[in-house]
Amino acid sequence: MLEVQGVSKTFNPGTPNEVRSLRGVDLQLANGSWVIIIGTNGSGKSTLLNAVAGTFLVDEGNIRLAGRNVTQWPEHARAELIGRVFQNPFSGTSPSLTIQENLSLAARRGRSRGLGWGLKASLVARMRDEVAQLNMGLEDRLGNAIGSLSGGQRQALTLLMATWLRPELLLLDEHTAALDPKSADSVIALTEKVVARDKLTTLMVTHSMHQAASLGDRLIMMHRGQIIHDFKDAEKRRLRPDDLLGRFEEVRRAEQLDESAAQMLAEKYI
Amino acid sequence: MNLLIATFTIGCILSLLALGVFISFRIFAFPDITADGSVTLGASVAATLLVHHTSPPLASLAAFFAGMIAGACTGTLHTRFKINSLLSGILVMTALYSVNLHIMGKSNVALLSVTTLATQSERIGLKLAHGATSFGLAGWEVSVRDTSTLGAIALAVALTGILLYWFLRTNLGMAMRATGDNVQMIRALGVDDANMITFGLAISNGFVALSGALLAQYQGFADVGMGIGMVVWGLASVIIGEALVGTNQLGMTIIGAVMGSVLFRLLVAVALRWGLSPNDLKLITAVFVFCALIAPRFLRKKRLRSAHA
Repeated sequence: MLEVQGVSKTFNPGTPNEVRSLRGVDLQLANGSWVIIIGTNGSGKSTLLNAVAGTFLVDEGNIRLAGRNVTQWPEHARAELIGRVFQNPFSGTSPSLTIQENLSLAARRGRSRGLGWGLKASLVARMRDEVAQLNMGLEDRLGNAIGSLSGGQRQALTLLMATWLRPELLLLDEHTAALDPKSADSVIALTEKVVARDKLTTLMVTHSMHQAASLGDRLIMMHRGQIIHDFKDAEKRRLRPDDLLGRFEEVRRAEQLDESAAQMLAEKYI
Repeated sequence: MNLLIATFTIGCILSLLALGVFISFRIFAFPDITADGSVTLGASVAATLLVHHTSPPLASLAAFFAGMIAGACTGTLHTRFKINSLLSGILVMTALYSVNLHIMGKSNVALLSVTTLATQSERIGLKLAHGATSFGLAGWEVSVRDTSTLGAIALAVALTGILLYWFLRTNLGMAMRATGDNVQMIRALGVDDANMITFGLAISNGFVALSGALLAQYQGFADVGMGIGMVVWGLASVIIGEALVGTNQLGMTIIGAVMGSVLFRLLVAVALRWGLSPNDLKLITAVFVFCALIAPRFLRKKRLRSAHA
């Protein structure tokens, strides 16, 4: 269970580059729910994910996860509860380490790391099984460096790593945006499988209206650092990509109206 | 022949320095200048303790820990106080100069009539040789003393290399390697990267200080200026080693760093024999590292151009 209460974040406060990325965001995720976040560029959707992950500390508000107030926890401490897949396939794995070494790092996410041998036989056997299920032929290449793999293979492995120990919350930040359509489809299929199997509470940002309409059980739309729409259950199931595009169009028109109105007022009074 | 053995011995001793530089430069991509100071730190700690009749292994171990503290200081400056990596190293290195003078009480300490690891290994060698002081090897007259020192240091380096290889494959060691590789990922997996960098630099400088301690015992003195240019020396060894093994497999890169150090020492000895002025040594070393650093990019550009043509 994730609770985000009144979270605000302003970057570069007091400078010309000031950006109010999050403005009092409230969001509650029930256990096992899969929430999709969409929004225009700069709407704060990735920022919200990063706020939850602890990439930065928020200015205002509270973040509670699995019954604990994690608002002041540093990023590495929150990793005990959170599994993450990033947009950039290079971000989620360590390129010069082998596949099995990367997986063994993930097998101790949020736990202490001592002088124990990293690649125990039992662990490697489980890796072989799990990696074989990806159907990428990687199970015989566990000793290869990850740097030699394609983006799709890396994202699949990153997803496997993020969920190796069941996370209280899975954060997916446009994790297929940098992939070719075929790889994106297979990573999405894997995501659905893993989330359903482990009943993971998931927060997923996407740019794909198709993914937004077909995945998850709830959808929120963000604009200018706030949540402007929240579709749940039956309402979410009825959503089609065209409906979502329509909502974006509404936002765009409202924006234009604001600007033209501002311009008109400026011409008249200044 | 004895000159060759001496060259190998110093090459082996400095390979510990190369391993330290390998950790900071290659694993963490951290240009750690602290090493220039911690070589001397190790030498002065060991020499001072030896003069006060501490047992040589204990004195060397103390040098290792002193180096670890120096490395931890650099790591703390960089990670906790957000000081630029180069500057953190420079600050600690500069401070170490005074620290080293304080430890020794003067600018150098002689170890001529003191028991050191070198004299100990010579004694063992002489015992094994049943009193003979030299033996024939491929038609050369070889001193038992020199050979036993070389044997001892080669053994120590091999053990250290294996230990490092083992360590880098434990849970902790792997987290350390991943920290240098991809900070974002290792944080997302729950590792405090600041601690990792600090600890890694501590180990790196521990090796460097140990190398300094052994060098002092071998050459029979510790001098406050002996660390100058050692980082570049270590870097040269690591680069030569990488060229020698031609792979980035972990075990091979460690072996490469050791081989690179010995080979580089050999090259330097040959150059000195051919009449290179010792005064030019650091200049040549720096130019060599410069060339080695730009060579890969240069070659790639050339290959690209020929591919287009």
